This record gives sequence, structure tokens and C-alpha cells, in this order.
Amino acid sequence: MLSTTANKEAVENFSEQLEVKGRSLWDDARRRFFNNRAALTSLVILSLITLFVVVGPMLSQFAFDEVDWGAMHAAPSLASGHYFGTDALGRDLFVRIAMGGQISLMVGVLGALVAVLIGTLYGATAGFVGGRTDRVMMRTLEILYSFPFMFFVILLVTFFGRNILLIFIAIGAVSWLDMARIVRGQTLSIKGKEFVEAATVYGVSKWAMITRHIVPNVLGIVAVYATLLVPQMILFESFLSFLGLGVQEPMTSWGSLLNEGAQTMEIALWQLMVPAVFMVTTLFCFNFIGDGLRDALDPKDR
Amino acid sequence: MTIAEKELLLDVQDLKVHFQIKKENAWPWTKPADLKAVNGVDLQLYAGETLGVVGESGCGKSTLARAIIGLIKATEGNVLWLGKDLTELDDKALRATRSDIQMIFQDPLASLNPRMTIGDIIAEPLRTLRPDIPKQEVSDRVQAMMMKVGLLPNLVNRYPHEFSGGQCQRIGIARALILEPKLIICDEPVSALDVSIQAQVVNLLKQLQREMNLSLIFIAHDLSVVKHISDRVVVMYLGNAVEVGSAEALFANPQHPYTQALMSAVPIPDPNVEKSKEIQLLEGELPSPINPPSGCVFHTRCPHADAGCAEEIPSLRGSMEHQSACLRLEELQAG
Repeated sequence: MLSTTANKEAVENFSEQLEVKGRSLWDDARRRFFNNRAALTSLVILSLITLFVVVGPMLSQFAFDEVDWGAMHAAPSLASGHYFGTDALGRDLFVRIAMGGQISLMVGVLGALVAVLIGTLYGATAGFVGGRTDRVMMRTLEILYSFPFMFFVILLVTFFGRNILLIFIAIGAVSWLDMARIVRGQTLSIKGKEFVEAATVYGVSKWAMITRHIVPNVLGIVAVYATLLVPQMILFESFLSFLGLGVQEPMTSWGSLLNEGAQTMEIALWQLMVPAVFMVTTLFCFNFIGDGLRDALDPKDR
Repeated sequence: MTIAEKELLLDVQDLKVHFQIKKENAWPWTKPADLKAVNGVDLQLYAGETLGVVGESGCGKSTLARAIIGLIKATEGNVLWLGKDLTELDDKALRATRSDIQMIFQDPLASLNPRMTIGDIIAEPLRTLRPDIPKQEVSDRVQAMMMKVGLLPNLVNRYPHEFSGGQCQRIGIARALILEPKLIICDEPVSALDVSIQAQVVNLLKQLQREMNLSLIFIAHDLSVVKHISDRVVVMYLGNAVEVGSAEALFANPQHPYTQALMSAVPIPDPNVEKSKEIQLLEGELPSPINPPSGCVFHTRCPHADAGCAEEIPSLRGSMEHQSACLRLEELQAG
């Protein structure tokens, strides 16, 4: 048998050759995410949709509010230049879907982002600090909950006029409430774990505790909820538009396009189908990406 | 070396930890009950020694540990660390002593953040308390520490769930040691592990203690482990220290009736001896710490108790080597 010192040396030499560079949670998560086919495909499709939404209006010969008097309710055709057909007023659907997509995606993504950021930090803080702070923060949240949302939007619109920015503010103001509750609940369960105690023993500050120990451990749920929130925001915006509080004609969004399309679906099915296909694809993509994110952010699943 | 010559690191004086418990269906203005988890414990710890703390579940061992390290606020009493009272320091001043006292936890997996690689976990105390150390040196130190506790340094990128319980406990030990503390409080560090792994971890702790000149407070309910690792032992019952002494003296000659009962329950790995052994069963249940018995807290279950035991509270008596808190100590020893 080899002498133990020789053994030890061999192990040391061997271990020196192995990788010892640190890898962060995010590097790992990215790698796992890109290994998930469904999520990756969804990300590609979503990128294509985003690309179309941005450059689409430049590719068409029509403007989004231009009425083609000779082609009302025209079916999709390559020859006429109305690739997706026209609506009841003869406006080109190809451009309108791109323009509407800009609004819808922006509302969806920004709204969800605001909700996630505020909600996660608010909830984690309330849950982690606990005690009186928690009680005050949660009661504040409940007061905001009880505030009638439509009333709030109408107030905003009457004071500041119709403005797309107001929609963001209005949606952002209410959507983080659920998020904060979910995160607070999760935080309470994580707070009792021993690794939080261990971190307290070596003096981790409250802020570092929340950002380094609590938030990464609630990210899985946050990611899924956030991607579910995006479609919710998009639908929410269309509801506001339907009431006349959201985007205004001739500007449009996917929600209002769907709404118009639904009224004429017996005579012009494409007016419903085209925005519906875009909307459904987008929502699917967001859901798959959410699933992928949750798996990627959970090291136990690799 | 006798006890008197050693350096006194930690001096716990009359430590009390009471929790306020709301009764069920209580009115909001009803006074909450006091759960006396630790009720006046004195103990001393000297440099380089291991102090074992034993007692049954719910006797306040873990609460005592958490109160010493400051995870739980002490209701009364002092914790003197090198002469400084830890219970009176604010958070900022406490940070300075943080690197001197570290802790190892009972559940090895739960004490590691599942979202951090073990390299990050072991490095975190350094990054928190010594932000001036450059990154490269931190990672060097982490790797050296991993070698020391018997983990290959190439595992830095793994996550805690990829390790076995014993390995997780080694990670926990590495994290506690990276600050080069003077004292480590081990809260039942081996009770969640298999027996063979227990031996490895206990021996690792002993070896590291020799190498780094550590003091340990070792909490356990397994008497054989405590006997193996401890220099001195404290026996706790219902939030009170009932017997303190050097491990040899205490295990060879348990004085307090509770310690005697505890010792008689230790299984002996020899069927013939085990068969003829007489286990001294204790009557009744562990009393509630919300409403502990008067006088000597053990008198309700003590086979030798008399009327006086219910009235007078016993204090620790005896030599420096071996003390116990029993009112009838002399009578019992005389036979």
C-alpha cells in the first residue's frame, strides 16, 4: 500500500487540476434555462414577435390610421399589400397588430416588472422584519386592496387626461399587492430556517439577508407568478380600453383589436383570428418561459 | 493544568430566558404566561476546553446556546465574553465579537442556503465581517478550509442538496471555522446523522479543536458522544443546571439523582450486562416549564425527595471539579 503522504499528495495534485472557479447562481440558471427546449423555443418565438411589433410598421406601405376606402373588410391577400386583411374601416391589420402589440407588450412587461420589483421587496421586508413593521405594512396593503380600482382609474383620467402613461401607473399601483402577499408568506416560512439563523450568527445585515437569502429562495414562485402576470396585464389593458379608459382610437392594442374582431367574426373571421393568434402565442410563450425560469432558478432540479 | 490556571473565556451568570406564551382563547388583555425555558443558569468556559451540555428534550439546552450567541434575547442575567457583557452590546458592537463565537446547527441541510453554492456559503462569513479581504484570498481560504474539514476543493460549485448529511455538516463546520473563532457552539451537531458518520464528525471536531485551539460548547442528548468529546459536562433539567463537573468525575460518580437516572438509561453494548442492569425509571412526566415546581424543580420526580425539597431552591455546591444542585447531597452520599 502506498504511503499516506504520497496518497495525500496525489489527491492534492488531482484536486488542483479540477475546476475551482466560483460560479454564480445566475450563470447556473442561464445554463439550465438554455437547456430547456420549450423555454428556449418560446424565447425565440417571443423575440420574433417583439421584432415584428417593432419593425412591422416600417415594412408596410400603409399607416396604422390610414383608411383604404377601396378595401373595407378585405380578406388577407399578398397582392393588395394587406397581408392580414383590413378591419371594418379599411385600416390595414398588419400595421395595426404591430402597433397594438407595442402597447400590449409594453403594458404587460413593464406592469409585471413593476409588480415584481415592488411586490417582492415589500413582501420580503414585511415578512422578514416582522412584528409591528409587518403589521403596519400589511394593513397598508389591505387599505390599498380595498381601494376601488375603477374609481382610481377614473380619477386619474379626469385629472390628468387620457394618457398611456396613466395606464401604467394605474396597473402598476394595484398589481404588486398580490405579489407582496405571496412573497410575504414565503418569507415567513424561510425566515424560520436554520440557514437564516446561521447568517444572523455571522452578522449579515438585514438588507443583505433579504437580498441574498430570502429573495433568491422565493424567486421560483416569483418567476412563475410574474409570467402569469404578463398575460393578466395585457388582458387588463384590453378591459380598460374597452371601457374607453385605455388606449384611444385610432391608436390600438391587442385587446381592443380582439374586441373589434369579436363583433365582426361572422363576416370577417380574420379580424378576430389574427390578433387572437398573436395574443395566444405570446401568452403561451410567457408561460413556458416562466416554467423554464422556475426550473432554472431551482438548483435542486438540475 | 487545573481549572483555576486556565483563561476564562465565557462566564454565564444567572442567565434567564423566558418566552411569553399567549394562552388559547385568551382575551387580548390577559397577561401572557411565562415559559421559563432557561431559568438561572451559571456556567464557565475556559480556553481550549469542551463543555458538554446534556439533558432531555425541552430542558432548555438549545435555548441556552441561542441566548449565549445572541439569537434569542436573554430576559435576565449576563453573558460575559472575555469580560464584556454580550447581552448589553448593541448590534454594531456585537459584530466585533461575532467572529469569535460561531455556531454549528442541528439540521445540516437546513442550515445551508439551498440557493447558494457551498463555496459562497463558506465564504459568506468572511465577506460579511471582513470585506477588506481581496476576492482571491477569500477563495484561497475557502479551499484551504475545505481541505481541512475533509471536502475536495473542486466541490465549490455544488449546491447543498447534492451532499450527504455528514458532508453538509462538514460544510457547516467549515463555515463556522473560516472566521477562526475562539468558541464554537455545537447545537446537537450529530443527532441528525448516522452513527458511523457521527463518529467521523465528532472526531473531526476534536481534531480541529486541537489544531486551532478552539473551545466548544457541545450540546447533545447522546451521553456517550458527550463523554467522548467533553472535558466538562453540565447536566440540565427544566431550564436549570443540576450538575456540573469534569467529564470523568461526573460520569464515574453522578451525584444528582437526575444525573443518576440519566446515566442508568444509557444502553450498554453487551447483552449480558444489559440484561442484569437496573434502569432507574423516573416517575411521572417532565413538568411544564410554564409552571415549574417550587423549590427544587426535580422534586416531583425525585425518588429521594422529602418535604424540604419543595420549599428551598438548591444551588450548585461542591468542589470546583464537581458541583451539583441537590439539597440532600450529603445525606444521599452517606448512603
